[in-house]
Amino acid sequence: MCDTCGCGHGDGVTFRKPGDEAAGEHVHQHEHTHDHEHSHNGETHSHPHIHNHAHDHDHSHHTHEHGEHTHTHDHDHHHHHGDHPHDHHHADHNHSHGHDHAHGREIVVEQDILSKNNLLAERNRGFFEAKNILALNLVSSPGSGKTSLLERTIKDLGKEIKFYVVEGDQQTMNDANRIDAAGAPVVQINTGNGCHLDSDMVNRAVRDLKVEDNSVLMIENVGNLVCPSLFDLGEEARVVIMSTTEGEDKPLKYPTMFQTSNICIINKTDLLPYLDFDLEKAKQYALQVNHHLEFFEVSVKTGEGMDTWYEWLKQKIKK
Amino acid sequence: MSIIEIAEENAKKENASVITEIELDIGKQAGVVMEALEFAIESAKMGTMLENAEWVVNEIPALARCTSCGHEFETGDLFTPCPECENPFSDIYQGRELRVKSLKVE
Repeated sequence: MCDTCGCGHGDGVTFRKPGDEAAGEHVHQHEHTHDHEHSHNGETHSHPHIHNHAHDHDHSHHTHEHGEHTHTHDHDHHHHHGDHPHDHHHADHNHSHGHDHAHGREIVVEQDILSKNNLLAERNRGFFEAKNILALNLVSSPGSGKTSLLERTIKDLGKEIKFYVVEGDQQTMNDANRIDAAGAPVVQINTGNGCHLDSDMVNRAVRDLKVEDNSVLMIENVGNLVCPSLFDLGEEARVVIMSTTEGEDKPLKYPTMFQTSNICIINKTDLLPYLDFDLEKAKQYALQVNHHLEFFEVSVKTGEGMDTWYEWLKQKIKK
Repeated sequence: MSIIEIAEENAKKENASVITEIELDIGKQAGVVMEALEFAIESAKMGTMLENAEWVVNEIPALARCTSCGHEFETGDLFTPCPECENPFSDIYQGRELRVKSLKVE
């Protein structure tokens, strides 16, 4: 389970490119999943509860509480763990380690819980800077038009600018196939039960993509206005997309996402005459949450307003 | 579970075998639902050095500074206008913490 938002990473995260669907090539098991090995290893031992190890940590406490396993059993755990140290846990270890550390000591840690993600994000950022890659993290609720925006942008600007795309979805290759058809190299990350991309996934995807210098890397995050806001991927700018078919109060309902974004694209403006959506109010709400936001009003469908977005992209690359 | 990883890494550096207490700083605007965190901790701590540790969570109030008059105030959300001058824009300077503050180990 993911500590920050409680989402599951248990199914493992997969990285695929269009065309290599069958093989499921770059299966990237998240480190949380190692505990599967837990189960099989202990099984031969006398403890009937050990089967419970199979799924998640929460089951495993039965084993611990049902008293003092033999040490042989515990040692078995260690052998199979290697990179996931558990070798210190059980209270029953105390009698072997002895009580020689008589009193508790305090350790001052002061370490950010997301520091691992943030450090790797900074590494990504340095890599992008060095190669003059403009990395954008596209976030929104599902269905606001992230993929369509990318498709159109790639088709319209593909001759001038080299685009690379990382697609994040829980399941399916659908988005990657759409981007592939639009003509940009793409890696699809399927997060399984996960609800966001993190900097490690982006790092791996970028290596797969072999992104060239002086290009644009579009990272389409999992459609979710909550969790992705906490995870820096190393992007230069975070682009939040909302559409006129959503409520104009989205920025107030999901403020963290709007707070952490730099750009706000309001899509589907062609539908404005048919909707009650109040564009000015939406912008006002978004500005209340984050007064640094820069807006683009577009209709990906008709192409209205796309020019200003393209101008911004070109300006950004020149820098 | 990066909280547990951080705690175990630090405890091992000190050659400790058991963590008896862990103290976290969680800002009220850090994007963490306290109940969800507690629930996650309950299952994640099993089989780790933190299994029997006491969890102390300090909730850090969110403080914002008005961009117009500079007044500092506590905010429950990200869009409360300044209580002094009604200016809707403010910058949060405290309350986004997500930190493992300290450990007690044996």
